[in-house]
Amino acid sequence: MPREEIDLSCKVEYLSILDEDGHLDEALAPDVSDEQLEQMHRVMLLARRFDERMLNLQRQGRIGTFAPVSGQEAAQVGVMAALQAQDWFVPSFREFAASIWRGTPLKALLLYNAGYNEGAAIAEDAHDLPIAIPVATQIPHAVGLAYAARYRDTDAVALVFFGDGATSEGDFHEAMNFASVFETPTLFVCQNNQWAISIPREDQTHSKTLAQKALAYGMPGIQVDGNDLLAVLAAAREAVERARSGRGPTLIECVTYRLSVHTTADDPSRYRSDEEVEEWERREPLRRLQRYLKERGILDDDGIEALESEISEEIDQAWQETEQAMQELDEPLDIFAHNYAELPRTLREQREEMASRLGEGGGGLSNGQTDHGAGAQPGPARGDGRG
Amino acid sequence: MAQALNQALREAMDEDDAVLVLGEDVGVDGGVFRVTEGLLDRFGAERAIDTPLAESAIVGVSIGMAAHGLRPVCEIQFSGFSYLAMQQLEGHAARLRWRSRGRFSASLVMRMPYGGGVRALEHHSESKEVYFAHTPGLKVVAPSGPRNARALLRAAIRDPDPVVFLEPKRIYRAFREEVPDDDEPMALGESQTRREGNDLTLISWGAMLQPTLKAAEQLAEEGTEAEVIDLLSLSPLDDTRLADSARRTGRVVIVHEAHRSYGPGAEVIARLVEKAFWYLEAPIARVTGYDTQVPFFARETDYLPDVARIVTSAHQVLEA
Ligand SMILES: Cc1ncc(C[n+]2csc(CCOP(=O)(O)OP(=O)(O)O)c2C)c(N)n1
Ligand SMILES: [Mg+2]
Repeated sequence: MPREEIDLSCKVEYLSILDEDGHLDEALAPDVSDEQLEQMHRVMLLARRFDERMLNLQRQGRIGTFAPVSGQEAAQVGVMAALQAQDWFVPSFREFAASIWRGTPLKALLLYNAGYNEGAAIAEDAHDLPIAIPVATQIPHAVGLAYAARYRDTDAVALVFFGDGATSEGDFHEAMNFASVFETPTLFVCQNNQWAISIPREDQTHSKTLAQKALAYGMPGIQVDGNDLLAVLAAAREAVERARSGRGPTLIECVTYRLSVHTTADDPSRYRSDEEVEEWERREPLRRLQRYLKERGILDDDGIEALESEISEEIDQAWQETEQAMQELDEPLDIFAHNYAELPRTLREQREEMASRLGEGGGGLSNGQTDHGAGAQPGPARGDGRG
Repeated sequence: MAQALNQALREAMDEDDAVLVLGEDVGVDGGVFRVTEGLLDRFGAERAIDTPLAESAIVGVSIGMAAHGLRPVCEIQFSGFSYLAMQQLEGHAARLRWRSRGRFSASLVMRMPYGGGVRALEHHSESKEVYFAHTPGLKVVAPSGPRNARALLRAAIRDPDPVVFLEPKRIYRAFREEVPDDDEPMALGESQTRREGNDLTLISWGAMLQPTLKAAEQLAEEGTEAEVIDLLSLSPLDDTRLADSARRTGRVVIVHEAHRSYGPGAEVIARLVEKAFWYLEAPIARVTGYDTQVPFFARETDYLPDVARIVTSAHQVLEA
């Protein structure tokens, strides 16, 4: 028979547990305690309010360009909640909710976005990689981390976030293929927020789903309602469990929506309609979760209100500390910090030239500045401004 | 300048249906800096192409189009993301003519915003002209204002060889300038003297031309007449004009925001040493970015050359 169908036994599931009308599929619901739900809700709410504050600060010229997370909180927090601290977190550039879950201080996030490299400092014990702006380039790192974690007999897994647009880049495909060939414990999490700046999802790829791209590499792919915290959590737990037990990588596509601007330099009215945004507002993750929490008796309106004011204070406090820190971060010579483990002579000379130009002796960093591994450096602890 | 570039694209597309633009967000959005604004409406989606997010494919596909005789103008959203396309650029665009013994050529323009000064995120502020200028087969140009931006882009599109067109993003909207309708496209590979003087030669290009001109004014107030040369083309390099000026003044300062080591200034100095050594009266000086990563924007001005640094350096060269 010259022409017959090859049995690929391919399938891509779609998972939804708590739908946009608040209906819960009991049979599929993951086992999750009230405390965990409260914790996840708190981070989602904090991320939303933090986003709003950052947008204000940016509009006032107090911080620089950033990529808001609003609308994608469940897709991030649901995945992060399935991880443990020793697991590796490889972010892209929109992962504010995930970073907050991970324990990154708000002050560090603010400092970063106010243009200070100090805000990029990573705590010594954190298994987090830095923010990655070149789209998709961080994805192979999660394969390397996962490979190394297994090689070193840890049972850590590595998680990487990226967008729908990122699936067009070579690095995405190359990393997926490596992970599958090496069977690394990697979670590929695509936040399909429907847009890559002005390019809609359907012009990014003609694949029906992004999840199905996994199948070409011989790895499981699943599509979940990314605005459904419970579905994201359930899918992520399954993928973590698969990875930890040596059964290789998974691609999870979270179907979600970027409710805000691409970045603060973007004007979405040029390419998408208000109706579309309103349509997705109805499905947004935070209110959906709150309704469920109320039904489950975990939270009531008073509780939410109390939480709102607590969060608002937390953000105020973080911004105050950031402003304070910014006044103290007036050391231009910091641009020479952390470029090499040991500053080469040419750079020491350039640093000296700059110091004498500024009419000062050299500030906080010694000429023989070394940077042997994180933390062995007179730089700041995470979010603490200059040490 | 964004407007002048837009005009150049419109004119080139009006004139020749082989010209088309492609890249991320160049169609509906009109480009993140609005350089391709209105082209979709005027020329349709077949000639103002919104591509998927993949730099290597943008350049690779452009090479295929060029081999077929089209004249694609592809946009890389920021020069910091052009490295994903480096293999296509170095391995194919730059070599297609040579590899086919002249049968094909990659007559494409790769436009990209580059350089600092706009308080941007990481990877959005670098000046790595030399990655491209070091590659045989490529031409590399950088305008310094609206008028030469239009004339250079027109010339780049007509050029039979691949041209890397670096747009200093800091001056997309920094100042206005008359752009006469009847301006001719400029020849690629020629520099311009922007200010005449016999005491000192200041060489710069792109966004650094503005502080360089200001420094020259400041020096003039002190009685020093500096000649200012706007390189415009990094490859080929117009070393005849540079050497002529250096022979006259004997003193040279080069200003660039690229890193210092192996930066474009190094090549300029080498040419001057080769062509004007016996006329030099002082060591040639460079005012440049440092050999560090470009810092996040709060410290960007500490990294970038400014008027004060240029003037100080000029003083040192004058006193030597
Ligand atoms: C390699 C690369 N090319 C282009 C850009 C400019 N850019 C930043 S974000 C973005 C769109 C990304 O879309 P997607 O992957 O869907 O992520 P989202 O922004 O929606 O979170 C583009 C084109 C970049 N940062 N990196
Ligand atoms: Mg997207």
